[in-house]
Amino acid sequence: MAHTLPELTYSYDALEPYIDKDTMSIHHTKHHQAYITKLVGALEGHADLADKSAEELISDLAAVPEGIRGAVRNHGGGHANHSFFWALLRKDVKYAGPAADAITADLGGLDQFKEKFAAAAIGQFGSGWAWLVLSDGKLEITATPNQDSPLSAGKKPIIGLDVWEHAYYLKYQNRRPEYVDAFFNVVNWEKVNELYLAAR
Amino acid sequence: MPHVLPDLPFAKDALAPHISAETLEYHYGKHHQTYVTNLNKMITGTEFESLSLEDIIKKASGGIFNNAAQVYNHTFYWRGLKASGAGRPDGALLEAIEVAFGSFDAFKELFSTAAVTQFGSGWAWLVKTAEGSLAIEATANADTPLREGKTPLLTCDVWEHAYYIDYRNARPKYVESFWNLVNWDFVAANFSG
Repeated sequence: MAHTLPELTYSYDALEPYIDKDTMSIHHTKHHQAYITKLVGALEGHADLADKSAEELISDLAAVPEGIRGAVRNHGGGHANHSFFWALLRKDVKYAGPAADAITADLGGLDQFKEKFAAAAIGQFGSGWAWLVLSDGKLEITATPNQDSPLSAGKKPIIGLDVWEHAYYLKYQNRRPEYVDAFFNVVNWEKVNELYLAAR
Repeated sequence: MPHVLPDLPFAKDALAPHISAETLEYHYGKHHQTYVTNLNKMITGTEFESLSLEDIIKKASGGIFNNAAQVYNHTFYWRGLKASGAGRPDGALLEAIEVAFGSFDAFKELFSTAAVTQFGSGWAWLVKTAEGSLAIEATANADTPLREGKTPLLTCDVWEHAYYIDYRNARPKYVESFWNLVNWDFVAANFSG
């Protein structure tokens, strides 16, 4: 399948002041695009993989030839993770629904979720992501380095936060904790409910 | 004895336009300082408290290693930079570079490729191996050749915080500019030392 940059369903300034317009624009048009370009480059000459989405590729890395496995893991992961991230962001969505109920049941509630998720996001040393995933029917919090995806470990992502410095440096510089705190204002809980129900 | 943030060996605006004063405000004043602060907090009351930075790097793991190695790596990075550093190595260092890589230009290209292709956060290095030959390597996050028993000669920080203010996503442009800032006297002293 053709790997292409997904259009955002909102404008680059829609998440202000939590995530700024410049960051959104560069993050989407430059960083995300670069992962796609490099993924396409890595897949050249591998017609047998041409039908697979980035998500399918990283869900079964063992099926990817060893010579391009690292590139697919990095750039396929980068493509899938960023597509996931954009779809998750929206301001002013009410926290409610089946995902909220599951967060209460599995993690103790919204405050406990925020605390554990923030700790995972801040504690991920170097580049990476913090995640809320569904694993064996339960919600759990995890973090991955670089562009590694929970999909590669058989876990279903429900919420993901990019903590590469490029995700926040223009606005927050070295202050990752402030960025993580701001992120909780732009979680689209309707999308989270949708992802949770589909993953269950 | 607490570890301290060493002085920068140049003024904060000395490396402009290749590396801006604003980048150094954050990179040295915040990032490097935070590694020093975290290290001192983490080693208090542990077996690492009385060790030198190098010994901590060789013996520690996890957060203590990460912060100690980042203190070392950043100090080493600053010492390898200077204003108007666009010169070339000479003497024994140049000879060793030519033996290892074919030519100075070939060395620059290989080092640049290592810096540009290190995925995620990390560092590119020119090192002297235990056998005395030169090699280029890239390390992830805080990892440092010092732990592998190699002698670092030169490094380029490719964490995004090293270049995002000045170059955004354009890491290759930052690496290209890096060659205007290399303190070859420092590299030569590491080589012969």
